[in-house]
Amino acid sequence: MQRLGDFKLPHFFNYPPYFTLQPVRETREKQVQLWKELILDYCRSQKIFVISLEEDFPLFSNPVVERSLSHEARQVFLAALVNEGRAEWIDKSHKKCLILWLRIQDWADYILNFVKENGFEDSVMTIEDIRFGIETRGTELAGIDRGVLLRALKLLEQKGKAAIFKGTSADDEGVKFSA
Amino acid sequence: MAANWLPPVSLTASGRPVFLPGEVERCLLPAVDLESENPGLAPFHSGLLVLTSHRLLWIDEQSAAGFAAPLAAVVHAYPPKKSIRSMFASPRIRVQVSVSPDGRIAEDGVRSEVITVVMRGKNDPDAFYCRLLEVLRSRQWEAAAVAEHRNTDSGIAEPPMAAAARVRMPVVGVSGILRKEQELWESTDKSLQEAFQDLNALMSKAKDMVQLAEKMRLKLLSSSSASGNADDEEMGSKQEMQDWLLSVGIVSPVTKESAGALYHQQLSRELADFVKLPLERAGGMIALVDVYCLFNRARGTALISPDDLLQACTLWEKFDVPVMLRKFDSGVMVIQSKARRDEEVFARIASLAQKPDALRTGISPSDAALTLGIAPALAKEHLLTAESKGLLCRDVSPDGFRFFINLFTEIDPIDIYMIKNNGPAHVWSSALSLSG
Repeated sequence: MQRLGDFKLPHFFNYPPYFTLQPVRETREKQVQLWKELILDYCRSQKIFVISLEEDFPLFSNPVVERSLSHEARQVFLAALVNEGRAEWIDKSHKKCLILWLRIQDWADYILNFVKENGFEDSVMTIEDIRFGIETRGTELAGIDRGVLLRALKLLEQKGKAAIFKGTSADDEGVKFSA
Repeated sequence: MAANWLPPVSLTASGRPVFLPGEVERCLLPAVDLESENPGLAPFHSGLLVLTSHRLLWIDEQSAAGFAAPLAAVVHAYPPKKSIRSMFASPRIRVQVSVSPDGRIAEDGVRSEVITVVMRGKNDPDAFYCRLLEVLRSRQWEAAAVAEHRNTDSGIAEPPMAAAARVRMPVVGVSGILRKEQELWESTDKSLQEAFQDLNALMSKAKDMVQLAEKMRLKLLSSSSASGNADDEEMGSKQEMQDWLLSVGIVSPVTKESAGALYHQQLSRELADFVKLPLERAGGMIALVDVYCLFNRARGTALISPDDLLQACTLWEKFDVPVMLRKFDSGVMVIQSKARRDEEVFARIASLAQKPDALRTGISPSDAALTLGIAPALAKEHLLTAESKGLLCRDVSPDGFRFFINLFTEIDPIDIYMIKNNGPAHVWSSALSLSG
């Protein structure tokens, strides 16, 4: 089975038409669906949060069959993710895309769950700790995008499950969880 | 039911009469009845009357039956009657023909009977009568008979012209041949000059004619839209104008709304007959431009315009012919044999697309053209149609434009790593792994 890094690629990754934007509506719908799944799976496994259209993205080319997605195709697939709420355009010119392989709400739930399972209620953690600390190693939270984390925490804050406070510098930003 | 006091005529598959050698059509009249003065013989109702150089044909297009009266049997043709009564009735032309004792038409019959040609459609009886007289006068069927006779008698048929020339001037040896050549050249030159003079005169008038025709066409257009229910007289003169305009070569939009002028109907049937053989050779489908070239080349003279061809093809919907005009999304127009259905072509494309090589690299329009035995442009149309039906999908790359069998339908979005056993995806995957 072919791999991209440690990610297992599906067999249709070697199917040349997969890299050509299909004109026929039904075929196109199927193709878009497959690409959306693939992008989300890959980003989740590689902890990728941002796809930039101006840079090469390894998933978008397959040297084995010598094909890569056209710019238009990439736009179409990312736009489809945005429409589904699984991605957001970071800039107005749609050149950078934030991939939400977990939705913000899902992140919020995940954090809450993590806090409960590890007994971190009523304790304080810094943002940096959550992102790169020992406690979160091996979980989805490890290496999480800073912006995404803050938005998830804000959601929790609105529900009264957390309180964000600023530290002396950006590194000291922290959050206190409550039961 | 039509009686058989006239001998039958064989028709082609499209309803056109089969002509005798050397027979030429002279005039066509729709909606004509043929009545005999003998009350015991049932009349023929509402058919197409075709005046040729040899015969008078009556064709019932609905039942594909045809009957003929040989012009050799015509004794006399009476001019159409001009009387107060005849103005309100359908014009009638009476033709006296000789018949054999048992009442059938025969060239050397002892008796004679009168057949009445009743024109129920909007036709000009005087024009038809003049044409009939011309044809009767020229007696072309005799020239054909004599030529045949002579050809069967002697080995070399000597044209009468040469014989006369031989009497006039002693033709001996090489100088005789040279003199004959000279005479021929001079006469050709003279006739060419005359023709060109006419042409020059026509060219100068052409501009005026075209302007006049355009004015008339616009007038027709405006009058047809203005008046709601036109009465009979107006419709008659309008029909005349339309026919006249058509003969000059300008198709008025009024004609397009009606069933199509008679010319196009006949042309349409002729085309359907002609196109059968080339269609078989080309595998069931030919591009319209190719048919245009083939048809005109076969006709020799009296070439048809591309517009005439298109009209003739669109008229096929109205009759039952085994061919059809088809327009692809890209705008390419082809003539297709109704027998060759798309399903058959798709089945062949599908099997071609699932061969091991095709699974790996796909098929190009030229590959398909080779396999299907049709032109590459048409093969591409077939591939595109197959794609739109979900049978194939495209692969655009620097290598070019290729098509693969559609595997998207085989992929389960829930488990994208699974390959269904015994499906095309499985075959494809094995073909891929074989090549390494």
